[in-house]
Amino acid sequence: MDKIVKMTALVAPMDRANVDTDAIIPKQFLKSIKRTGFGPNLFDEWRYEDVGQPDSDNSNRPLRKEFVLNQPRYQDAKILLARENFGCGSSREHAPWALKDYGFDVVIAPSFADIFFNNCFKNGIMPLVLDEAIVDALFQEVFAQEGYALTVDLESQQIVKPNGDVIPFEIDSFRRHCLLNGLDDIGLTLAHKDDIKAYEEQRKKEAPWLFSHAG
Amino acid sequence: MSAKTLYDKLWDAHLVREEEDGTALIYIDRQLLHEVTSPQAFEGLRMAGRKPWRIDTNLATPDHNVPTTDLTGGVASIKDPVSRIQVETLGMNAREFGITEFAMGDIRQGIVHVVGPEEGATLPGMTVVCGDSHTATHGALGALAHGIGTSEVEHVLATQCLIQKKMKNMLVRVNGQLQKGVTPKDVVLAIIGKIGTAGGNGHAIEFGGQVFCDMSIEGRLTVCNMAIEAGARVGLVAVDEKTVEYVQGRPYAPKGDDWDKAVVAWMDLKSDEGAHFDKVVELDGSLIEPQVSWGTSPEMVLDVNGVVPDPTKELDAVKADGIQRALDYMGLKANTPIKEIPAEYVFIGSCTNSRIEDFRAAAEVLKGRKISDNVELALAVPGSGLVKQQAEAEGLDKIFIEAGFEWRNPGCSMCLAMNADKLPTGKHCASTSNRNFEGRQGAGGRTHLVSPEMAAAAAVAGHFVDVRDYL
Repeated sequence: MDKIVKMTALVAPMDRANVDTDAIIPKQFLKSIKRTGFGPNLFDEWRYEDVGQPDSDNSNRPLRKEFVLNQPRYQDAKILLARENFGCGSSREHAPWALKDYGFDVVIAPSFADIFFNNCFKNGIMPLVLDEAIVDALFQEVFAQEGYALTVDLESQQIVKPNGDVIPFEIDSFRRHCLLNGLDDIGLTLAHKDDIKAYEEQRKKEAPWLFSHAG
Repeated sequence: MSAKTLYDKLWDAHLVREEEDGTALIYIDRQLLHEVTSPQAFEGLRMAGRKPWRIDTNLATPDHNVPTTDLTGGVASIKDPVSRIQVETLGMNAREFGITEFAMGDIRQGIVHVVGPEEGATLPGMTVVCGDSHTATHGALGALAHGIGTSEVEHVLATQCLIQKKMKNMLVRVNGQLQKGVTPKDVVLAIIGKIGTAGGNGHAIEFGGQVFCDMSIEGRLTVCNMAIEAGARVGLVAVDEKTVEYVQGRPYAPKGDDWDKAVVAWMDLKSDEGAHFDKVVELDGSLIEPQVSWGTSPEMVLDVNGVVPDPTKELDAVKADGIQRALDYMGLKANTPIKEIPAEYVFIGSCTNSRIEDFRAAAEVLKGRKISDNVELALAVPGSGLVKQQAEAEGLDKIFIEAGFEWRNPGCSMCLAMNADKLPTGKHCASTSNRNFEGRQGAGGRTHLVSPEMAAAAAVAGHFVDVRDYL
């Protein structure tokens, strides 16, 4: 996994609450057996006039010009600014895969759905929770100022605005450590394999039916 | 020892280790696998040269892409090549890693959340995971069940553990007695309507109170299934005698001496008197009416006798904007009575409502009646081959067919339309599924979430009606 330390990037505003993972990546694209290639279909139903299919040539499809990611001023944005409960619904990891593949490294929102929030960390996306009032202010500033960019510094846990104002953010220390070092969860867990085996031995005594062969 | 909630007990029993910051490893007793969220996990294992930690805890079945029409051709009968590859890939991965699969054509194949409890593969006191948010379903049996992402599927395959931080405890208490015609689906929709789709974020919800004590296990499965629609990854109901009775004799349930030991342990799977909940919500069950969702989020739900909301009366700008967007998408005008909304499609199925009791209840309404000419397609899709077989043994299939429904083969079907069963653009559907998101049942489709009884009544009337007038 790529390391994330510090970045400065354009911000795209997704100004609606409860954006669900069906909207982030519609079901027909879940048929892929790969982790990559979902970017062109990110927000497919909001982004294109027609209904996309996994084998569509996306470069020729008619765009909904008013949709935020189709507006020239937000091209190359790497930070997505969102509203409450972002990523609700299905557990599909295709949603963070699509965001990452499109180019987003950071999503800022007042709140996230739990499963999506977890899935982000596994894929090198930073989901940052900020107070609703701060998010509101950021929306106003993004709309008002073309080329609005933020600096996100994971090491110092700070966001720096174009005018130099600093917004501190909280992030789980374990998740921060993994993002900063590009660590693989499985490798970290397997370092504790003796603990897992010890648990199993103890559990076999307490609940043997969970270990007897089923069926 | 201080009083513990059911969630606390399940958490403590599965805790392998915990770091100072609360990051923990919890042990997983059962992983259910389906074709959509597992291929990248198996690919990850292969690329890292890793093997599953415990093969016997895994159980696989294809459900999302499976056709519900003629299955005699097996996997080869899937016309869409991308769908077919996904189902084939599940089979290949199961064989390569030695995991049991109920493949297409096996009578036990079905929707993973119907199959788990039906087989006794989900047991009280277990931790259960699946790469699907509706894994919350299994909490109805007093199991700690989490919906997870694909990276976590791979993590559980490789380590038998899930990295988690403990959630907060939330109690949703519904006392009183439900009115006739009011179902578990109405109860959970009313709860979501009250607390919102983010109301349970960060919490494990335990459903308690008289209504859940009185409710059947299948009803509890329906309620826990939609905990995720209230934002909670985990839904739970305490174990009681009904739970034990439900599990006994199922293929994967413990037998003999093991059974006796298990039952003793399971009877403690309830929250202690005086246990602390971080959040408590109460509803009066006797006041719950049949529910119909009108918008594009499960919290946009109303009593059947209600009228669609008016955004001009909403003071919060983000919410008013959300209502207006939903009205536009759904093709509805503010203040329209729910009962005037047409039902052009009807779908009875999904992991929420495709168990035998659901089909019995819908058949009760359909018996001796015909669906309206306004209805273009009415689908009945059992949750598993065994549910279908049972329904047919009871003659329910004939009632559905005579009423004008199509009686299909098991799978997720039109709940999310990954197979060929799609809701066309602009059409309103009375659906027993769990999500009314934009495009969920088909691009441009307009979903209204209801109980099986309400879906059957809407099919007969051609628009939404109060099922109590049909009982």
